[in-house]
Amino acid sequence: MSGHSHHGAPPEPAAPSEQQDQTPAEGSSSARLLFTLGFFGALAGSLLAFTYQKTLPAIQKFAGEKVEVAVMEVLGAPPKLDTLYLIGDKLSRTPPAGVIPGDAIKLFIGIDAKGERMGVAVEEVAPGFASDVRLMVGFNPSTGALTGFKVLSQTETPGLGDKIEKDTAFASRFTGKIALPLKGTKSVTTDPSTVQTITGATISSKAVIKVINKAVETWKPRLEAFEKEGGK
Amino acid sequence: MTTEAAIAPAAAEPFVPGAPPPAPLRLDVWRGIADDNPVMIQMLGLCPTMAISNQVSNGLGMGAATIFVLVCSSFLISLLRKVIPAEVRLATYILIIATFVTIADLVMQAYSPVLSKTLGPFVPLIVVNCIILGRAEAFAGKVGPLRAVADAIGMGLGFLLALLIMCAFREVVGSGMFLGHPLFGPNYEPWVFMIMPPGGFLTMGLMFLAMGWWGERKKALLKKAVA
Repeated sequence: MSGHSHHGAPPEPAAPSEQQDQTPAEGSSSARLLFTLGFFGALAGSLLAFTYQKTLPAIQKFAGEKVEVAVMEVLGAPPKLDTLYLIGDKLSRTPPAGVIPGDAIKLFIGIDAKGERMGVAVEEVAPGFASDVRLMVGFNPSTGALTGFKVLSQTETPGLGDKIEKDTAFASRFTGKIALPLKGTKSVTTDPSTVQTITGATISSKAVIKVINKAVETWKPRLEAFEKEGGK
Repeated sequence: MTTEAAIAPAAAEPFVPGAPPPAPLRLDVWRGIADDNPVMIQMLGLCPTMAISNQVSNGLGMGAATIFVLVCSSFLISLLRKVIPAEVRLATYILIIATFVTIADLVMQAYSPVLSKTLGPFVPLIVVNCIILGRAEAFAGKVGPLRAVADAIGMGLGFLLALLIMCAFREVVGSGMFLGHPLFGPNYEPWVFMIMPPGGFLTMGLMFLAMGWWGERKKALLKKAVA
């Protein structure tokens, strides 16, 4: 087979290959099989690289917009946003080195017209019934009171579990509740530390509560530590 | 070998074993929609049909993505059918199909992110949709590009038709909506069962039942006309 390299020309001219298709029993040489697969692999690779580069800006832009819309919604449309970045277990004003800003883990601080802090928003995730439930959670870090939440991604059961995203009444039940921590109950409640779950979607509802508790539990101390050190 | 080639040199298109009989392009298109409908007659592609058919918008997106992949891969495979050695044809077909599926997935993520999110893993899974590899092996790999594209369009439209029948029924009954617009007012209690997987099986069964009844009726009428 190495003899082919001496010819300089392609190993098989086009004409005999047509005959080989008519008589597949004859078989093709390994070199031709390798060449065909290698050629199509390279072609597929370059086509995909091209499409990936063409679509990447639009995909990233949408992901960024989606996060921004969620932050605005859970914090009640603050006029100004401050962003802190998580490096290791510490918050910082400067983004981590060597990471695309879109990929860094962030905490958003909503600031009102008087310069007062309205609340903070963070992304958190926990397993639900059929999928990971990812939320943007907005809360007041000094009291633990929720300002709202927005589902970023979930693939819970259609018609039941997905009500955590589609049922707006469910989301409104959380506003003003105190997550230190928050508990779920099956009946209507006015207690600030309990919230009513959705009938038929208990596990998905509890996943939402779990995500919210996790967000407040992990991010409240981080923010307190950051402020203790002078907020640099 | 040489004698064999001398016996049948006249035909413009060399004989390909298992090639479909010649037919006008119009028939190649029509076959996929009706007589050989991929879902309702060939019973292929049932998995995505069942999984995403609870909303009309899903059906449109899935149908469009599948038609794109089917037409592009059929065209390319037909064009290259004499270059691809028989031993590695399936690997090459899958490579070509997977490339177009990934392109469709990326384009959908970029320009129709909401739809891409609801279809979830079922867009990348078009790679293993039997309809596409089935057409590549049974048709596109054995005929010229024009017929291959006609067949792909027909099969794609046939798949879309079956999807839309399932989607429309399940969305109207299961959520009381059509394309996201409420139909029945606030007092309608949606039959949630129908948009869940068991509802998919039930709808598919009903669709096949209707097809069977229609086929039997047609046969009976034909018999009557002959007698």
